Amino acid sequence: MLDYLLAFLILLGAGFTFIGSLGLARLPDFYTRLHGPTKATTLGVGAMLVASAIHFSVGEGGPSLHELLVTLFLFITAPVSAHLLSKAGLHLRLRSRAPAPGKASGEQRD
Amino acid sequence: MARLLPHPLLTPLLALVWLLLNNSFSTGHLLLGLLLGWLIPLFTLRFWPDAVKIGRPLTLMRFVGIFLLDVVVANFGVARLILGSPDRLRPAFVEVPLDLRTDLAISLLANTISLTPGTVSAWLSPDRRTLIVHGLDVDDPAELVATIKQRYETPLREVFE
Repeated sequence: MLDYLLAFLILLGAGFTFIGSLGLARLPDFYTRLHGPTKATTLGVGAMLVASAIHFSVGEGGPSLHELLVTLFLFITAPVSAHLLSKAGLHLRLRSRAPAPGKASGEQRD
Repeated sequence: MARLLPHPLLTPLLALVWLLLNNSFSTGHLLLGLLLGWLIPLFTLRFWPDAVKIGRPLTLMRFVGIFLLDVVVANFGVARLILGSPDRLRPAFVEVPLDLRTDLAISLLANTISLTPGTVSAWLSPDRRTLIVHGLDVDDPAELVATIKQRYETPLREVFE
């Protein structure tokens, strides 16, 4: 029974990670591509970490809560890197399907 | 007291992170964690001069709950948009005027926006009054701004300012 739950969680995680990566190929421009890796992967990695936590807590006796930390660090770092990437993108005035915000590109001209 | 223990909240948090890193809850690690939790804030004091205050713990807990739920919803939403036809997306930049004033609250809001439904925070104006947000599929920009302000900014302001 437990194995089925773990298998389901790992497959779910793999599925979402795959969809997130697929987004990199399918989405039309730089800014929309940022959405795939920041979101679809959080649940993907999250599901795998839950599976890992359950597996090791049950298997080796004593709870294994490392995984909470991985989630925490991921939640802190993923948005920061996305923010920096999009900031650099605005600075370089990359081609975008959405009209670029006047404020940002105007003030960023050096 | 304030000089010896500049961040009363950071100390137990760092100790907890230390315990989780070691995956062990023994007394030795608890003491070591508390020592690190005391020393690290002292050495990084210049990076955050102001102590973090949490105004309303209940609001914070409700915010974390809403946030986690939204992360799950966001994942399904973005997955659907990626698997659907990308040509029908309506990406847009929107400007969110900020009422938050502290750095911590603004970074938390920016992180929250990036992790929740179809939005990534893209740029913060140098005067910290406007946050530019990129939406993946925006129906009504004004509505998106109102949602962000009401759903995430208001609780963050109540808790941290």
